[in-house]
Amino acid sequence: MSTNMTIHLRYWRQSGPTAKGYFEDRTLSTVNEHMSFLEMLDVLNEELQLEGKDPVEFDYDCREGICGSCNLVINGQAHGPKKGTACCQLHMRNYSDGDHITIEPPRASAFPVIKDLVVDRSAFDRIIEAGGYVSVKTGSAQEANARPIPKNDADLAFDYAACIGCGACVAACPNASASLFTSAKISHLSHLPQGDVERSNRVVAMVEQMEEEGFGDCSNFGECEAVCPKEISIAAIADMRRDYARAVLQG
Amino acid sequence: MISLDAKIPEGPLEQKWSRHKKDMKLVAPNNRRKYEVIIVGTGLAGGAAAASMAEMGYKVKSFCIQDSARRAHSIAAQGGINAAKNYPNDGDSVWRLFYDTIKGGDYRSREANVYRLAEVSNSIIDQAVAQGVPFAREYSGLLANRSFGGAQVSRTFYARGQTGQQLLLGAYQAMMRQVELGGIEYFTRHEMLEVVIIDGKARGVITRDLVTGEICRHEADAVILATGGYGNVFYLSTNAKNSNVTAAWRAHKKGALFANPSFVQVHPTCIPVSGDYQSKLTLMSESLRNDGRVWVPRTKGDNRHPNDIPEDERFYYLEEKYPSFGNLVPRDVASRNAKVVCDQGLGVGETGLAVYLDFRDAIARDGKDVIAAKYGNLFDMYANIAGEDPYSQPMRIFPAVHYTMGGLWVDYNLMTNIPGLFAAGEANFSDHGANRLGASALMQGLSDGYFVLPSTIGNYLADVKPGTRYGTDHEAFETAAKQAQDSIDRLLNINGKRTIIDFHRTLGRIVWDKIGISRTKEGLEEAIADIRSLRDEFWTNVYVPGEKNNYNKYLEFAGRVADFFELAELMAMDALDREESCGCHLREEFQTEEGEAIRNDEEFNYVSAWEFKDRNGVLEEELHKEVLNFEFVELKQRSYK
Ligand SMILES: Cc1cc2nc3c(=O)[nH]c(=O)nc-3n(C[C@H](O)[C@H](O)[C@H](O)COP(=O)(O)OP(=O)(O)OC[C@H]3O[C@@H](n4cnc5c(N)ncnc54)[C@H](O)[C@@H]3O)c2cc1C
Ligand code: SF4
Ligand code: FES
Repeated sequence: MSTNMTIHLRYWRQSGPTAKGYFEDRTLSTVNEHMSFLEMLDVLNEELQLEGKDPVEFDYDCREGICGSCNLVINGQAHGPKKGTACCQLHMRNYSDGDHITIEPPRASAFPVIKDLVVDRSAFDRIIEAGGYVSVKTGSAQEANARPIPKNDADLAFDYAACIGCGACVAACPNASASLFTSAKISHLSHLPQGDVERSNRVVAMVEQMEEEGFGDCSNFGECEAVCPKEISIAAIADMRRDYARAVLQG
Repeated sequence: MISLDAKIPEGPLEQKWSRHKKDMKLVAPNNRRKYEVIIVGTGLAGGAAAASMAEMGYKVKSFCIQDSARRAHSIAAQGGINAAKNYPNDGDSVWRLFYDTIKGGDYRSREANVYRLAEVSNSIIDQAVAQGVPFAREYSGLLANRSFGGAQVSRTFYARGQTGQQLLLGAYQAMMRQVELGGIEYFTRHEMLEVVIIDGKARGVITRDLVTGEICRHEADAVILATGGYGNVFYLSTNAKNSNVTAAWRAHKKGALFANPSFVQVHPTCIPVSGDYQSKLTLMSESLRNDGRVWVPRTKGDNRHPNDIPEDERFYYLEEKYPSFGNLVPRDVASRNAKVVCDQGLGVGETGLAVYLDFRDAIARDGKDVIAAKYGNLFDMYANIAGEDPYSQPMRIFPAVHYTMGGLWVDYNLMTNIPGLFAAGEANFSDHGANRLGASALMQGLSDGYFVLPSTIGNYLADVKPGTRYGTDHEAFETAAKQAQDSIDRLLNINGKRTIIDFHRTLGRIVWDKIGISRTKEGLEEAIADIRSLRDEFWTNVYVPGEKNNYNKYLEFAGRVADFFELAELMAMDALDREESCGCHLREEFQTEEGEAIRNDEEFNYVSAWEFKDRNGVLEEELHKEVLNFEFVELKQRSYK
């Protein structure tokens, strides 16, 4: 039989982008060990509503760790304590009866708060917009098998392409840098012959967009890799820097 | 009177699409920028359509609910995408893919549409590879394939267990390129609430900005709905939490016909519900049934640990009932039988709504390493969610709602019966009949978005005078905006005592019990009565928190649940009308003694297309029938014995 736990929650409240935020506390006494972390927040919201109070807003969609919507910072850790796991896939059996849990939005000036735990991550879209693609029009593609790609290259490209765009890397970085996110896309595409053609333009455009959005510099703390739910390798950042330097030198 | 002309081109099956492309009207490149097209939805269908049409020169406005186009529900698709490339040289062809899909759909889809889907499938793979989608490859560097249910050939392309993610990122990146180039105006965190119709044609939409709550008006020359499926009417499903029927339903209430609403696919191998707090269900690949044995205890109330139940007290019900297919019967049969044993009280786990999927014998036979190599990631996923180790004790599984074959009625050009209003992807009803085969939804979404709509939209726009603008202060915009605002105000003013989720969960239980895996006349009639009384309570007793001029997720949900109530009733009506069993639709009255479906081609060989009628304030639905003509394949009864 599953057991119920008591959990003491402290969560961020902020009514809008310019409003002043604060922490609110509440104790939940019916937390089931099989609940996911977000299901626990659902229970919190049901309780709040039954008392006529406003629920806490947080982002989610798939609840399967793939859409990248959820992005809570739990006890100071982006996505919480479980390695390689988005917070929607975190289960309450990872906690104990009587635990205190603090929940915050990712803090970064490039991710302004919309409400409570929901932030605006449109900066990520604009980084992709700057060059995170292969410029191929619908219908102009050649036969798929015309160009073999070594399995290792394809597998490596996949490892980087697995990024879900959640922004945990930014939340974890002391400089709020978006380097892991940006370099993951650059590495995905540059490991494939299709993406190699636009390599130089892409790296320059994306890096500059990243700076323009107000993300910080990378100082090799490595916190991003540690919290990334898809365990994207920090090697991507080194590749990005090398490519950037080379592209700028070439002019 | 509504005309249900499917506009299927003349000629031999293999020439219909190419001839149609030749015959369709075109919009000249320099004229295209004079046309605006609204595309609601950024999943595979909407994302692919937006990118392709913007490349062609149309001015596109794209909308989605999530904070980025990349997060559409398509991102979650795991298994793969079909195409008739025949790379493994195992006898595949466009014809065979077409035939498998028609047969898999139990002969309730249009031959011409399905053939086109199979024909276009190969170009999808070419396109995705060119975009940099990292499909699985062989050591030769060439693309790898695997096999999937319902086919005897290996035609499924995949990118680990994240095929939907990689295909969607390909479409999303193509879209973002067009945003940068100015071809797409991009609206995230926007929900479409109404279609605007002027002089009988779709001319725009009303949306709500989900951050500010503002009701916005957008005018265009055509509107495409690529808003996904409605599986969340069941509350618990494998769909993402924001998946909904609102866009399609509001269009339906403005006159668009809704086709085959009762055709819903239930996937047999999902992680079961663990408690009332459960918010969604997680799918596990059905490949597990290749090595796992499905069973329940023979006696009711046997609470022993599964490992302590001796062999002769285990009921391997699939193996006993279907000796030749055993655990590998098709999705619908596996799902139905799990429900039957649980209804008999033999189900396991805390809720009694689960059956065992046991790898004990496979591990004893092949060794743990072999099983881990095949299913390691699935076992890990299960252990993470269920908190049990499937190597040392059986998994518990249960069927879950997964995909909706029904949707907006469209003709061959993917246009609804409202001129200028198109529907694509899971939101339309077009290609899967009464049952969808694995790996074919991704194919359909991308076929619609990359290849079909970009051609057929031109045929429609060629007859629209370029630059026609009525202005968003036109009466039709005023009325639609007011409708959207009024329904929001109404919800916020109820101030009742029960939460939205509570209503949705209760509705979901009714729909699951009575319009789910198997249906009866009696049950469906009860469902209609239950849905109506719950709906009445909803409109007097729901509590919708917060304000309208702010980010308010529960307000969004309230509007969607309101629409699910109406849809649920139509699903029951549709299931009542169809007095046969076909594909995923099993009417208990129409089955053989062994529980096999009895399809009735004499009387029910049609697409049911429902028209919404408001008769002096009383809402009614009128059935129209599009009879299906099979010229090229012979109708056969499916059999698994
Ligand atoms: C867990 C899972 C696994 C699957 N695996 C496979 C597989 O392996 N192979 C396969 O072929 N199929 C698979 N499917 C099915 C397939 O993923 C879907 O059918 C398909 O992705 C639907 O794509 P779509 O473009 O039609 O809609 P979606 O991807 O659902 O996109 C809908 C879009 O519409 C937007 N939207 C909805 N309503 C509104 C509104 N009112 N206003 C504004 N925007 C709106 C959303 O924001 C979103 O952008 C799977 C499904 C699930 C649930
Ligand atoms: S790199 Fe990792 S942490 Fe950063 S956005 Fe991508 S998935 Fe999230
Ligand atoms: S909700 Fe989709 S990744 Fe967490």
